[in-house]
Amino acid sequence: MDALYGLFIAPFADFGFMQRALFGSLMLSLGACPIGVFLMLRRMSLSGDAMAHAILPGAAAGFLFYGLEILPMTIGGLIAGIIVALGAGAVSRFTIQREDASMAAFYLISLAIGVLMVSIRGSSVDLMHVLFGTVLALNNEALTLIGGIVALTLVSLAIFWRALVAECLDPLFLRSVSRMGSPVHFIFLGLVVLNLVGGFQALGTLLSVGLMMLPAAAARFWTVRVEPMCMLAVLIGFASCIAGLLLSYHASLPSGPAIILSAGVVYFASILFGTRGILRARIIHHRHRTA
Amino acid sequence: MTQTCLTFRDLTLGYNSHPAIHHLDGTIRKGSLTAVVGANGSGKSTLMKGIVGVLKPMAGEVVRAPGVRAAYLPQQSELDRSFPARVVDLVSLGLWPKRGMLGRYTSEDRAAVSQALMAVGLGGFEKRPIDTLSGGQLQRTLFARVLLQDADLILLDEPFNAVDAKTVGDLIALIKRWHGEERTIMVVVHDLELVRQNFPETLLLARQPIAWGETRETLKPENLLRARRFHEAWEENAPWCEPDGHAHDHAHGHDHHGHDHDHHHDVGPRAA
Repeated sequence: MDALYGLFIAPFADFGFMQRALFGSLMLSLGACPIGVFLMLRRMSLSGDAMAHAILPGAAAGFLFYGLEILPMTIGGLIAGIIVALGAGAVSRFTIQREDASMAAFYLISLAIGVLMVSIRGSSVDLMHVLFGTVLALNNEALTLIGGIVALTLVSLAIFWRALVAECLDPLFLRSVSRMGSPVHFIFLGLVVLNLVGGFQALGTLLSVGLMMLPAAAARFWTVRVEPMCMLAVLIGFASCIAGLLLSYHASLPSGPAIILSAGVVYFASILFGTRGILRARIIHHRHRTA
Repeated sequence: MTQTCLTFRDLTLGYNSHPAIHHLDGTIRKGSLTAVVGANGSGKSTLMKGIVGVLKPMAGEVVRAPGVRAAYLPQQSELDRSFPARVVDLVSLGLWPKRGMLGRYTSEDRAAVSQALMAVGLGGFEKRPIDTLSGGQLQRTLFARVLLQDADLILLDEPFNAVDAKTVGDLIALIKRWHGEERTIMVVVHDLELVRQNFPETLLLARQPIAWGETRETLKPENLLRARRFHEAWEENAPWCEPDGHAHDHAHGHDHHGHDHDHHHDVGPRAA
């Protein structure tokens, strides 16, 4: 019993920083995982990755002027992310170019500016900070920020749920009955940026997208409806955060990659064992019904 | 007394400054059932898009009578069949005009969804994932959604494609039921026999209306021949169509046999 306590409970019970890390990352999963599900369903899985890179110049600008402070870097990242999201979204909505191409163009330009700015002042150690985050050093400011982002995300999802589903499922139909199509797309892109910015405190720009996409990708193997898929993604996100933090604590590993790799394990398990996964399809299909 | 549902005023619709519908004038009567026929590229789908409003006119306008709500079944749906949704989720989108983005679905709404599915012969399909439906079943599902939209103006763009004979019969029966309910219906169809048997009025298009009116008159051999001579391709160097008073001569309703365009003989069908 004591061994179990020592393994699973003690790290969180005994250390304030672990409690904060747990609290912060769980909140993050609550908002980011449903967003990830919709990114995946809209075939924009890699856009999350692109957006995470696009945030860099804003964060770097904040870093350049104020040093390693959370608020300026977050606001900078938010501005850069929104410029790229709106720019790429607008190009794809109003010209012939598809979103994957416009997103690639915008994020590459943004990333180049970001690397340039970091190199002007910072050493590579600073860059590592920006890229890989500091989940074990979340302060109250950062936790409040994440809380706000999560609340805004959940409220927006609740309000725009039906429009978002319609926009993914049958965009032309939505255009024929309502003008919500374009607004809801941009609101969604805004939420993607918000959650990535929230995540980059804890996990860094490169890994925050992992907490968004991996649970979503794993959940896809278990259900054929959107609502349960979002729920499941959140639960997988929770489990990954807990497992990752414990792994990081006991094995002295960096916390961000530990969390993402835990989600990766769930993803591979889902590919194999999910109700729509490989093994199940192989085994069950020996039998079929009469009609 | 007949009421007007739709009025086209000098309507030109198209892509990249090339017209697909050229200076269309006329009206669609409330409660009418019109077949829209014509060769590939003659502007049928474009006209539908223009009426729904997903394509903005290059010139002129489509005027809907006040309060007319449209339901539109496109030829090429942008439906994402891999999206994790059930038949009931897809059909429920048809409740949008009634419930909007936020309104709760009531038990009454759910009953209406089931009834709509029954009406298209898909009773009991509620829980099926949409990626397991056959082409014809999907088409009927989309009909159920149109049914649920409860619209005054119903626009169906080639609804009978890839649909078996029995299903065509079911869908025609549904269209006739709507016709009986005084709804205004326009259907793009290729099968002229089907049109002769089931549609009182026909619009024969070849970028411009070749003939428009009672089906038997419209589908006369000479009209069909003129429609067939229609030149589908754009001509990159077609002269610009100058405004010359088209806006003034739109009061002649049905049965205007193609506009004469002195300056446009090289693109449009030649008027006899």
